[in-house]
Amino acid sequence: MAKKIALLQGNEACAQGALYAGCNFFGGYPITPSTEIAEVMAGELPKIGGKFIQMEDEIGAIASIIGASLAGSKVLTASSGPGISLKQELIGYACIAEVPCVIINVMRGGPSTGMPTGPGQSDVMQARWGTHGDHAAIALCPASCQEIFTETVRAFNLAEKYRMPVQVLYDEIVGHMRERIVFPEPGELEVIDRPAPSVPPEKYKPFDTSFGDVPPLAAYGSDYRFHVTGLNKAEDGFPTTKAELVDAEERRQIRKVECPEARADIESNEEYLIDDAEVVVLAYGSTSRSARYAVNELREQGIKAGMFRPITLWPFPEKRVAQIGEQVKAIVVPEMNLGQMIFEVERVVKNSCKLAGVHRVDGDPLTPSQIIDQVKEVL
Amino acid sequence: MAERYELRFSGAGGQGLITAGIILAEAASIIEGRHAVQSQSYGPEARGGASKSEVIIGDEPIDYPKATVVDACLAMTQEAADKYAVGIKDGGVLLVDSDFVKNPPQGNYKVYSLPIMRTAKVDVGREIVANVIALGAMIALTGVVKRESGEQAVLAKVPEAFKDLNKKAYSLGFDKMKEVLAG
Repeated sequence: MAKKIALLQGNEACAQGALYAGCNFFGGYPITPSTEIAEVMAGELPKIGGKFIQMEDEIGAIASIIGASLAGSKVLTASSGPGISLKQELIGYACIAEVPCVIINVMRGGPSTGMPTGPGQSDVMQARWGTHGDHAAIALCPASCQEIFTETVRAFNLAEKYRMPVQVLYDEIVGHMRERIVFPEPGELEVIDRPAPSVPPEKYKPFDTSFGDVPPLAAYGSDYRFHVTGLNKAEDGFPTTKAELVDAEERRQIRKVECPEARADIESNEEYLIDDAEVVVLAYGSTSRSARYAVNELREQGIKAGMFRPITLWPFPEKRVAQIGEQVKAIVVPEMNLGQMIFEVERVVKNSCKLAGVHRVDGDPLTPSQIIDQVKEVL
Repeated sequence: MAERYELRFSGAGGQGLITAGIILAEAASIIEGRHAVQSQSYGPEARGGASKSEVIIGDEPIDYPKATVVDACLAMTQEAADKYAVGIKDGGVLLVDSDFVKNPPQGNYKVYSLPIMRTAKVDVGREIVANVIALGAMIALTGVVKRESGEQAVLAKVPEAFKDLNKKAYSLGFDKMKEVLAG
């Protein structure tokens, strides 16, 4: 049978990806340019016995998905810069309480209300360090409507597998443009659900590390009873201030994402014409589409250009970027912000190659010609 | 470089030009199996005044999703023509509604005109189909997709009760444009 295909907006593709992944709870509050995600979820979830709740604000929205996730649902919220700022406290709560949830950020200009209808990429550092305290972060950054679908599925998988919040960031350009989507058949993409506890309720501890760095999570409302808190906690979930327990917990929560095995599982990059490249454009999200155009044009002009596109922004693919820094004369980082990921690239490549940014924050997309000009200048 | 063909539909907000762009993108990418990206003006820009929808079509995946140099532009109002009939490439085409665009901007491109709104009102009896007439005309003018693909995409988009109306509108737009081209 022929696969289902449709011309969808990025935001519609996101909602379809969430449904494919088994999302059965959406708690949200509308905000431009993310609202179409909520619209589709509001239409579709009731048909499959799921729940859609429009909460009183963005804080209520993330609180609702944390609660629903603890009750065993696969959960989603979607917002944009100002809403994501409001959610930061509870993103931290989901980190320390280790609650799987997916948060979509359709990026617009900022800070504050900024430019609601214009695209931006200025929340990429917020996705890493927006909530206070030491914590790991997973953030994915798709660049096409099809990839928004598949990365949303992957975000659910990673949230369930690593028991933590996962953010998907894309900007207004990809959120609102329409492209053909080929719907994967059921079973074609891997869908991961959190493992159920293997011990009976009376023996269950919600943070039992004898099962590894990601302890199984039971569902509220089942026979399993446990305590959840934003405080540092012991294996039984109750608060602790014991130094060795706090230290072990903090380190484990970072190790579960940043150990080599987890990094290999979570990191995802696209490399384009890198092998013989003298200059690499490191670009993510919609800006990578301008970068690909620029690289093709530079190649036609005889300049050995390539593109490196992190699809997983966090954890940052530091090993591979360091290798590329050793190989090339220069790395150019175009961003719709005034310089964010470029500092991460700088941290990683140190002084092994030249580094230059291309930045734009006026609400218009970064154009291929801006990237081409910067590549020529830096060479 | 991969070949790309860029179209821009512009007019007053509410004239259905975003829908026309979506239908064209569906004709190219769903019916003909090629690649297309559709985008549109959004926010305050899309409320009243001039609005636009852009479609980029190619045989390879489309990278940069916005217009670079426009191959073909439609302008349904003078304001839209003044605002959006820029960046048309040398040798490109501009189609305007002859009743509403009295001073088409001039450049190194060919300007064609058709009474699109009048055709909708007089020949079809419904102004609401002006966008489908315009779509038929743009497909006739550019040949960017097959006539049948455009028609199929239009019919897939509209409710059963309005299929005949839209089929007529699409054909009128296509045929009237062909007459103009035949001189």
